[in-house]
Amino acid sequence: MDQLFYASEVFINGLMTGVMYSLVALGFVLIFKASGVFNYAQGVMALFAALTLVGIMEGQVPFSHLINATFGTHLSNFSWTVGPVVAILLTAGVMVLLAIVIEKLVLQHLVGQEPIILFMATIGLAYFLEGLGDVMWGADIKTLDVGLPQGISDTIEQATANWFGYGFFIDRLDIWATIIAALLVAALVAFSQYTKQGRAMRAVADDHQAALSVGISLQFIWIMVWSIAGFVALVAGIMWGTKSGVQFSLSLIALKALPVLMLGGFTSIPGAIVGGLIIGVGEKLFEFFVGPMVGGATENWFAYVLALIFLVFRPQGLFGERIIERV
Amino acid sequence: MFYREAGNFKTSYRDDGQTFPIKLDRMGYYVILGVAAMVVPFVINDYWASAVLLPFLIYAIAAIGLNILTGYAGQVSLGTGGFMAVGAYSVYKLMTAFPDLSILIHVLLAGGITAMVGIAFGLPSLRIKGFYLAVATLAAQFFLVWLFNKVPWFYNYSASGQITAPERTVLGWAVTGPAASPAAKYLVCLAFVIFAAWVARNLTRGMIGRKWMAIRDMDIAAEIIGVNPLTAKLSAFGVSSFFVGIAGALLFAVYLGAAEVGEAFGINKSFLVLFMVIIGGLGSIFGSFAGAAFLVLLPVFLKNVLVGVLGWPTDLAAHIELMIVGALIIFFLIVEPHGLARLWQLVKEKLRLWPFPH
Repeated sequence: MDQLFYASEVFINGLMTGVMYSLVALGFVLIFKASGVFNYAQGVMALFAALTLVGIMEGQVPFSHLINATFGTHLSNFSWTVGPVVAILLTAGVMVLLAIVIEKLVLQHLVGQEPIILFMATIGLAYFLEGLGDVMWGADIKTLDVGLPQGISDTIEQATANWFGYGFFIDRLDIWATIIAALLVAALVAFSQYTKQGRAMRAVADDHQAALSVGISLQFIWIMVWSIAGFVALVAGIMWGTKSGVQFSLSLIALKALPVLMLGGFTSIPGAIVGGLIIGVGEKLFEFFVGPMVGGATENWFAYVLALIFLVFRPQGLFGERIIERV
Repeated sequence: MFYREAGNFKTSYRDDGQTFPIKLDRMGYYVILGVAAMVVPFVINDYWASAVLLPFLIYAIAAIGLNILTGYAGQVSLGTGGFMAVGAYSVYKLMTAFPDLSILIHVLLAGGITAMVGIAFGLPSLRIKGFYLAVATLAAQFFLVWLFNKVPWFYNYSASGQITAPERTVLGWAVTGPAASPAAKYLVCLAFVIFAAWVARNLTRGMIGRKWMAIRDMDIAAEIIGVNPLTAKLSAFGVSSFFVGIAGALLFAVYLGAAEVGEAFGINKSFLVLFMVIIGGLGSIFGSFAGAAFLVLLPVFLKNVLVGVLGWPTDLAAHIELMIVGALIIFFLIVEPHGLARLWQLVKEKLRLWPFPH
């Protein structure tokens, strides 16, 4: 009986982790649908957003290390700190700027190239952003606190202890992340279904040429999509940053989002959510049941192998568009 | 003026099909081979061997391997680091299990073992294509690294979890272990590079290479005209992994001497080799060399400039280096998506007509 309770606790925590994976995967899907670019830099964008947020909140001087090394000064912080809400808005602004710069300097010059070349370009972008984030804000591990509740939820532990005689440990941050992710997805769906820009975005996703011919500006749509992806990255960065500190390993969540994408299909928003949940639950349960037998740390690869097995049976993922090949 | 085919008469099919049809090219190639084999070993020192030449030679083998898979057969792989780890760990197990056999045989056998692992992980490529395959190869990367980390048999139950290369000799010269001289290490790597480039060149211009390229250009069409995708894709995975395995084995046994799997063969290694192939030029043996040289030399150069000349702290220099590498990759992709090999071809085209372009 206890084993069952443990397992269901693992299951619920897996669901919560899955939501976090979905948040990152969502950014991938948005960009892939609209511009056909598989944006490897999504994880680094989350890191960059989180770094910028911390930097703005604490009033750090950007590029202080570089300035100090070049001019021999000792700059580190401005004399002010910024509240979370203002800082988040400012960071969102930075992400929009970043989207514009990426569109102007990179994507515009690569129109019509093969997908693999675009993919490589985003890996280059990931390296660049990683270096830029470190140079701008320093490479030390930072803590991020925007006022989200953290720690084990006492209410749930009490309630479940009364009902089942076994208290479930669930992180309050995970619950909040789930709620925020749900809101974000709802907002995105509403945006793409009911607004003019959203319709234009779907049109571009359907067919670039046709969208151009009815007067939709591709450039504007791409900037918009990258901005939205930057915003999603910011949300993911806040969640992961609050959970485990803002550091380089944050960018590795992109690697965790890849199997989620494969499972759900590259083109489907619901797929990103369901895929995230399956991967989150799957890897936690596998680690719980099989991990102890084989030495643990199976989370590193389980997601990929699971996605691989899924793909062999359904090459386009669970919700992906059917791949039709013509000769 | 100097560089043209005038006077080179092709009187047989053999002449027509040779790798360097222009006499000057051929001479240059022999000169480079001669210098590499007979001059460099006498002037090489420890710094040049460990900072530039050994990594260049070893990564050139890995890049040739990945180029066969990605550039010729069109199957994108992000599992190179994992396959290099297979080469490294199999050469380690072979070296410790059969100490009397020559290290050269061990390295070749390690390549063979890696080829089999590569074929096993290549099986999904028959069903999964494009990006989905690229991500699927990450499964190989993470699973293999985890495996070598968690199963003590692979590192002979050593307490640190590291593998350390014991001393082995070729013709009486130590090539692995702390006593090995830079020249001996260099010559062993050079021999394998020449072997790899020779095999790769001759495979890719023959029937099997044409099959790979047909699969790359359009696999369904290739299948219709009679290319068996099963054998073509799996042979590409096999040959590619063979070279990558050799590179991994040399990287561990000759260059590093001791290795820890997550650090030496992580995902970054996969990306590094992939960048070499992209920057050098997809589908070109010369490109593999050019890409390897570029990405080995660039960090050395940047480090010397940033730390040595400008006097910046090393951590800051490392971050700037990341930025520059990233920006250069984007720059290259925008300016010349076909890589350094294509640039070299353009230069040769210009040289052929120079100084009378009309």
